[in-house]
Amino acid sequence: MATIRIQREDFDVAAEQRAIAQGNDEVGAVVTFTGICRAGTGVDAIAAMTLEHYPGMAEQEIARHVEEAERRWPLKGVTVIHRHGRLVPGDNIVLVVTASSHRGDAFAAAEFLMDFLKTRAPFWKQEERAGGKSWVAAKNEDDAAAERWTAPARRSDAAE
Amino acid sequence: MKIVYFAWVRERIGKTDEDIDVPADVRTVGDLIGWLSERGEEYAYAFENPKTIRAAIDRTHVNRDAQLAGAREIAFFPPMTGG
Repeated sequence: MATIRIQREDFDVAAEQRAIAQGNDEVGAVVTFTGICRAGTGVDAIAAMTLEHYPGMAEQEIARHVEEAERRWPLKGVTVIHRHGRLVPGDNIVLVVTASSHRGDAFAAAEFLMDFLKTRAPFWKQEERAGGKSWVAAKNEDDAAAERWTAPARRSDAAE
Repeated sequence: MKIVYFAWVRERIGKTDEDIDVPADVRTVGDLIGWLSERGEEYAYAFENPKTIRAAIDRTHVNRDAQLAGAREIAFFPPMTGG
């Protein structure tokens, strides 16, 4: 049911969205998230970005989190596409498409998958600026975003 | 044992992968980081701040205390920045 691709080529958001809903009468909501290479402004503007990945592990790690998403939410389809290689501002980087009967599950699953792609999928970004190349440092807020999915669920019936 | 490196760990060490015979007393991922760091300046530089190093055994994330026994491929890389 899930489609996972790591590729150098671009992807077609509309085509992927159609593909996930087609022929499935239970799909009532499709959420698509597209991550795009951002230029930034001024001296910090980037000219290009190169994404390195760990072949084999990247697919495996994404599949593991897709399975986890399917356990947590009643999904009718999931597509994750992550590009690698050299990208310029405006290029697509990553696509997450989730389909479910109702929007809440599709939104939550898409956010869950993106948070884990940021922190657990073995990809590394190197940015090119006027001053040279530099590896992107991991952000604490990305770790925090992923962490909230592992925090113990609050019991709504707890007396305290 | 095959060891693979990514991103700036790969750049600092100067190779993408290598096959190394590791002494029997190097039992964990943490031991391996320590042992590699003694091999030369490039390794010492790559592993100078162990907190910024992530590891995987056979393509699964592991901690420092993970055992190397039976591992086919160990990977070292910085915190991930995909998505």
